[in-house]
Amino acid sequence: MNTKDVFREFAGGVRAMAPLIIAVMPIGLVFGAVAASKGLSGLEVTLMSALVFAGGSQFVAMDIWSHPASWGALGFSALLVNIRHVLMSASIGAKMPAFSGPAKYAAMLLLADEIWAMAETRVAQTRLSPAWYAGLAVPFYFVWVLTSLAGSVAGAFLGDPKAIGLDFAFPAVFVVLLMGFWKGRETGAVLAASAAAAVLTHQLLLGVWYIAAGAVAGVVATLVIDQCREACA
Amino acid sequence: MTVDPNVFLAILAMAAATVLTRVSGLLLIRFVTIGPQQRRALEAIPPAVLIAVIAPTALTGPAETLAVLATALAATRLPLLAAVATGVFVVAVARATIGA
Repeated sequence: MNTKDVFREFAGGVRAMAPLIIAVMPIGLVFGAVAASKGLSGLEVTLMSALVFAGGSQFVAMDIWSHPASWGALGFSALLVNIRHVLMSASIGAKMPAFSGPAKYAAMLLLADEIWAMAETRVAQTRLSPAWYAGLAVPFYFVWVLTSLAGSVAGAFLGDPKAIGLDFAFPAVFVVLLMGFWKGRETGAVLAASAAAAVLTHQLLLGVWYIAAGAVAGVVATLVIDQCREACA
Repeated sequence: MTVDPNVFLAILAMAAATVLTRVSGLLLIRFVTIGPQQRRALEAIPPAVLIAVIAPTALTGPAETLAVLATALAATRLPLLAAVATGVFVVAVARATIGA
């Protein structure tokens, strides 16, 4: 692959990611504003977004934030919130033949939900190149870090994001991506099982077990459908 | 613009936990062989995780459920950003009219 092709692949990744880069801006601003309201300095907000780079766990951290900060509680909650990334990296990792070993691990360091989802969408259509992946990940990473910082500085000026529906931008992105995974009734069964298990677990248990429960229920639904098909055949 | 040592330690703990989850999927698939049935199970993970992440917040209020349906419908004929904007617009209007 020559330089021109690498650049074309990178630009393709950026183009595919552009809507999500825009969608993440309000989320980054809101995160920065929430963190500032908890007493984090601009530098601390920037460091967290740059080193953790996992929005869900960063918002949960703000929910349980204390003075002085408890590294044990925050580390453990990040582990639970992000346990879904084990499934995501196992899933996408099996579809990256164009990546060398070290490149695969480097790519995983930036495996945020949105980047993973776009990478899965790409491998469903064609081969995923490292340059395409970099186009997905690198601009998105910098926008997340910079909007977090901007949000912490702007702080109180932002107002309530819920009033204008901006908190819904993230779920809406996931709904659109979900439609891309639709492959007929079998997908419907997986989604129904996962959603039911997630909502039920969320009602019954504190914390983020609901994501693991949904994933397990979806996989079990697939296996049950497999068994039925074999029994009928 | 200062960094409190306790805050810095907490950030490092969160970062370490996150990196661990992101690379351990790769370690997992190195030691588990993937047959056709395992492959189908793995293929169910992306949509299952996507819906599980959003289900408790996106499917539990009437305004949010309505907006999820609107977004899904919009996604079948509009590009991503337009579909997301549709969802945000519907949720804002629905919350204002039928309550959050």
